[in-house]
Amino acid sequence: MAARDAGALAPAVPRPDAERSCAAATCCAAATVEQGPRPVAAPAPTPAAAKRGLASRFNRKETWLSLVVLVLFVAGWEWGPVLLGIAPYNIPRLSLVIQEGVFLYQNSELLYHAGITCFEVLVGFSLGCLLGAVIGYLLGMSPTTEVIASPYLLALQIAPKVAFAPLFILWFGYNMAPKILVAVLIVFFPILINVLTSVRTVDPALINLARSFKASRWQIFWKIEFPASMPSLFSGLRIGSTLAVIGVTVGEFVGGNTGLGYLLVQGEGQGNTGSVFAAIILLTLIGIIAYALVILAERRVLRYLPKRDFGDVAIPI
Amino acid sequence: MATSRLEFRQVTKRFGNRNSGDGRDPVITAVEDVSLALADGEVVSLIGPSGCGKSTLLNLGSGLDRPNEGTVLVDGEEVDGPNSHVAFMLQKDLLLPWRTIRDNVELGQEIQGVARESRRTVALDLIAKYKLGEFANAYPHQLSGGMRQRAALARTMAMDPDVLLLDEPFSALDAQTKMVLQTDLARTLKDEGKTAFLITHDLIEAVALSDRVLVMSSRPGRIIEEIAVEMPEREKPIARRGHPKMGDYITKLMGLLHIGDEIEAA
Repeated sequence: MAARDAGALAPAVPRPDAERSCAAATCCAAATVEQGPRPVAAPAPTPAAAKRGLASRFNRKETWLSLVVLVLFVAGWEWGPVLLGIAPYNIPRLSLVIQEGVFLYQNSELLYHAGITCFEVLVGFSLGCLLGAVIGYLLGMSPTTEVIASPYLLALQIAPKVAFAPLFILWFGYNMAPKILVAVLIVFFPILINVLTSVRTVDPALINLARSFKASRWQIFWKIEFPASMPSLFSGLRIGSTLAVIGVTVGEFVGGNTGLGYLLVQGEGQGNTGSVFAAIILLTLIGIIAYALVILAERRVLRYLPKRDFGDVAIPI
Repeated sequence: MATSRLEFRQVTKRFGNRNSGDGRDPVITAVEDVSLALADGEVVSLIGPSGCGKSTLLNLGSGLDRPNEGTVLVDGEEVDGPNSHVAFMLQKDLLLPWRTIRDNVELGQEIQGVARESRRTVALDLIAKYKLGEFANAYPHQLSGGMRQRAALARTMAMDPDVLLLDEPFSALDAQTKMVLQTDLARTLKDEGKTAFLITHDLIEAVALSDRVLVMSSRPGRIIEEIAVEMPEREKPIARRGHPKMGDYITKLMGLLHIGDEIEAA
């Protein structure tokens, strides 16, 4: 019953790499079968060989083609609108957007607003992750609590989190708190669901193994369940890192006079399409940096996994 | 007669809701009235059709599960939970993917609070003994299936148990690797004088590795036959495979399991 509820919640969360959440739990079992025919004496792949394999996968050809796409995109944005006769107040060409960005930098404290947004994203993301993970682990360890809580969690998950933004502003006023809270709320669920599902799907045989060594409940959590949940936790963190930017931006739309979301709305009010685009680009950059930081942390923590598991988005860091 | 290392006395185990009489959640009797005893240093195999409750016996022996009727004893003491006299090894190696081989071998002692230096010494000795020396710091995914299963054997032996419970430990391996590992296990059991209870589907494995073979019926599982293996050199399973008596034992076991009448039962 409990497991089914977890499953019912799970599909509502976008999971770009759902297959990896089970990789940790099943890789030994699967590999036991697939590598059967290998003779005992055969040398296993060394870590160095695995690294070389990774390097050759993202070889020069793909990198160049990827750069060509970037160049085409930049060129298309610069000359496309003129060639197609699109008015600058609909799609300003790239150089105009950059000019507008420089203007904002010189006259509207662009860096200050970007810094505020970064701070809100960082705090909102961190608190949301912490809250989601703690509650995810607690519910994961207590099936009864999960059964009791799951309909309400489902309802909260379905509720559009950004719709809470005006409410939070009514409660806390025009400061950073409402923006951070929207981010916390929107980050919370993917983390919660991923952690909960992963704790639930730990191979019971692993738990039994620990029990046979007379492990305490705490030892089972700390030595088996917690590390086993890492791949899923990081899938959640990846999703959360991008959602945090969305939450903060919406919070800034709704009220206050700081942050890139505020600048964006200002630009809209002035009919200044260029500054709207400049704000969108910066918000995207913040999202990319947050995502990249999660990937970097993930590579450190999940270094025990075969390298191919990182292949979904190649970030050249 | 000395106390048995592992003993089952009229053990019955049922699964399902014991209170429901409406048939909605029927009670399944996994094993019924099973009695058996393993003397010190004895290796006994258990064979039987799929789903006959073989693994249930193993869970009862390791204290992970309790019988509904009867008692399970290890060294003459009733088993009332997991205990350090017994260790098990399964078909799945159950190596933790985030731990190196050495840390995996150390897991049991780590949980029991053995000091780092002494558990490390034990682990590295066993890793060397099972020819995994150069992989002590490798992660499980970097090893072949046979190597991982040897690491699992090292982890089991690190607990220095009196009784080993083995649930089809080699069934996921290819034929050659399997024979090498059977030899490793047979030597270990002989050298260390360990008592072992081996559950297997492989009739040749059962005969080659054991002093006795027990045959179980389909569910509810009962012990229907006991065959003493009268062959020398239990530590040399490969030699035993070629022993002239091997064919007779296999024929007899096939008859008992109705292999041929029920192909799927094998």
